[in-house]
Amino acid sequence: MKKTCKIYGLVYLICVCFLLIGCQTTKQRLLDTDQSQVEMRSIQTRAFDTTDKKTTLRTIIATLQDLEFLVDKADHTLGVVSATKLKGYFLKMTVSVRQRGNTQLLVRANAQYGIEPVTDPTPYQQFFSALEKSMFLTAHQVD
Amino acid sequence: MLITDPAFKFYKCCMKKSQTITVIVLSCSLLFFSCKKTIPKAALQLSHESLQQRQLQTRHFDTADESFLLSASTALIQDMGFNLDESETKLGVIVASKQRDAKNAGQIVGAVFLALLVGVIPATDKHQTMRVAVVTRPIGNGSKHAVRVTFQRIVFNTQNQVSKLESIDDPEIYKEFFGKLSKSVFLEAHEI
Repeated sequence: MKKTCKIYGLVYLICVCFLLIGCQTTKQRLLDTDQSQVEMRSIQTRAFDTTDKKTTLRTIIATLQDLEFLVDKADHTLGVVSATKLKGYFLKMTVSVRQRGNTQLLVRANAQYGIEPVTDPTPYQQFFSALEKSMFLTAHQVD
Repeated sequence: MLITDPAFKFYKCCMKKSQTITVIVLSCSLLFFSCKKTIPKAALQLSHESLQQRQLQTRHFDTADESFLLSASTALIQDMGFNLDESETKLGVIVASKQRDAKNAGQIVGAVFLALLVGVIPATDKHQTMRVAVVTRPIGNGSKHAVRVTFQRIVFNTQNQVSKLESIDDPEIYKEFFGKLSKSVFLEAHEI
């Protein structure tokens, strides 16, 4: 009787394990479609009243350096900068700049802390407030 | 529904066991989920030290020729044994890295003593990846340029795990770097 019980218990445990494994398809993380894209975009994006892409990119680099980042990649044509911060942890950021209409530039930043995406709005707000100060321009929220 | 006595007992026994197991499995998975780390609050906030750090890492040069500063910096970091990873002259960016030994005699001696006492050999630092980024920036009307250099390193231990992730803040390193740079560009490096 006890033996059968043990076997049943084991089978149950294995089933639960399979269920847990089944819940998390790691491949799904490739497109990360579980978060609201629109919401993330509004957290990560700000508009600045300037059309000077080069100066904006240079200011982004300077801001990232002030925040103790080391630039990994920069491309003027694409308008992107990637940088990494090492401070007992690993924080990677990519910031991109593109034209919005005739008078504005859109700056989008996304960050990864360790192996997790940063979805909390606060760090992005802090980044844009630091960028605002170096740009001498206001960062407008974009809908 | 008619349940025979032995079948009922068996069912009850299984239920008890499975409930215990479920509780264990659930608490284990909760533990796993709670392990998720979140970004430190001040990670993207300008700190008081950031201005100091900027002063430490930046020098001004009285030249309008940005590419001249960039190529002199490239030559200098090459002299220091770095390999170029990335460059974008339009934005004044050069990024390079090198891999070096990170064995520390003191740490190894400590590890040997601990091994003798406890019988387990602890991991010690083995090798490191050192990174450097040089960024130039025009100041004012472009007759002057600022050069900012940043160093970082990742240290791996004997078990190939990352043991240190840090920026290098030693003022002497920056002083030496700019001393060499000003010599190679025949210009004085002004502190900001």
